[in-house]
Amino acid sequence: MSKQDFFSKRTKNISNTSFRRSILLSFIIFAVLVTTGIFAWQWLNRQPAEQGALKPLRKTLELNEKVLKSTFDTGRLSKVYTEKDAAKYVRVNGNIGMQKTVDTSAWRLNVVRNAGDTLKISLADIEQLPKADVIFDFKCIEGWSQVSHWAGVPLKTFMEYYHLSAQEKMNYVGLQTIDKKYYVGIDMPSALQSQTILCYEMNNKPLPVNQGYPLRLIIPVKYGIKHLKQIGTMYFSNEKPPDYWAERGYDYYAGL
Amino acid sequence: MIWSGLLIYWANSIYKIQVGNTVIFHFFPKGFYKALKIPFHLAKGMSFHFAFAWLFIINGILYFAYTIFSGEWRYLLPNKKSFKEAWQVLLHDLHIKKYHPPQQKYNAAQRIAYTAIIFMGIGSLLTGLAIYKPVQFSWALFLCGGYEAARLEHFILTIGYILFFLIHIIQVIKTGWNNFQAMITGLEVIKQDKQITVNE
Repeated sequence: MSKQDFFSKRTKNISNTSFRRSILLSFIIFAVLVTTGIFAWQWLNRQPAEQGALKPLRKTLELNEKVLKSTFDTGRLSKVYTEKDAAKYVRVNGNIGMQKTVDTSAWRLNVVRNAGDTLKISLADIEQLPKADVIFDFKCIEGWSQVSHWAGVPLKTFMEYYHLSAQEKMNYVGLQTIDKKYYVGIDMPSALQSQTILCYEMNNKPLPVNQGYPLRLIIPVKYGIKHLKQIGTMYFSNEKPPDYWAERGYDYYAGL
Repeated sequence: MIWSGLLIYWANSIYKIQVGNTVIFHFFPKGFYKALKIPFHLAKGMSFHFAFAWLFIINGILYFAYTIFSGEWRYLLPNKKSFKEAWQVLLHDLHIKKYHPPQQKYNAAQRIAYTAIIFMGIGSLLTGLAIYKPVQFSWALFLCGGYEAARLEHFILTIGYILFFLIHIIQVIKTGWNNFQAMITGLEVIKQDKQITVNE
């Protein structure tokens, strides 16, 4: 259709009746659409909650997770910064499940290989493994972010050293604090990404207690809620391990 | 989208002036949060936001496709004269000048606004993706100029929608019934004799 045709064809004479009819029809459609919208909104808000989120929204979060997992590329790294970009005063957020003091002569990382088969690993053992520095923009789900400097053993290196290759093939890693009051689940591809570390140093010094001494997770492809502090237990599962914030309405995946 | 965005943005009452631990001034007092039903529900806001984002995208694609395939884009795209005329429209609407440039379905200012809104939508999607998955969608983060920049741009675009919405509503009320019915029916009445002439 030429440009002239397009505009000229749009002006026409119609009878009063047919005009009235089309106005009526249009307004009926308009009213139906508006009403449908209102009812759909009310219906949505009446839905039962599943893990703290309205069921249709929870399902959508799971759909998003599926889409994002299928496109997840471990080759895409979180942007790396230099030591001088890193904050000296590192923000502390969250103290659920945290102890005031931890005695590292007694503390062991419990790695549940299988039911009833638990490795107990001391901090000194972990410190002897190859160390990697991670300086990245730590992002909190609440919105703030801060460049900070961490160091520890890459989880992938750790799992290879302790011959956890069968566990690497499972879908999820679960982590719990020493008192098991805070817990997260992480999909295996994110857990094995090269920047994910079992961290015992911050700004070249041992982790402060409120930052998760003796051992915490640093996982730059996730929001802060997944960076569990004071790890007590690590286990592996094909089902989604329970996750503290996911039970309270948040997205389980929480990936970046 | 904006409401759920507010749930996220105002999930924590951090918008205040504070010295030490003494709060001097809250930008948004408690009653304000209650009136808008924003009771510190970050998780709720996020679940709505990331579900309705799909509707936002689908709606945007359908609308865009419709304007292309129906030919309606001819009314919407600004032309050479639009930028000059838009200024004249503005002066007219503000009652500074009486002259109103000739127009088709939409005047020059509308053409610019209705085309800009498409780019704003694309901008919101891009900045949103950049904030949502800054590592996986690092290309979007790069386009936006970094995490902080993306957050700012996402926010500014939202203010843009609110202004667009407010001005739109005011203009619709000002122009009266024939215009309002035309928005819904798609028929603009030109003459009202025995015969009615309409512009589709």
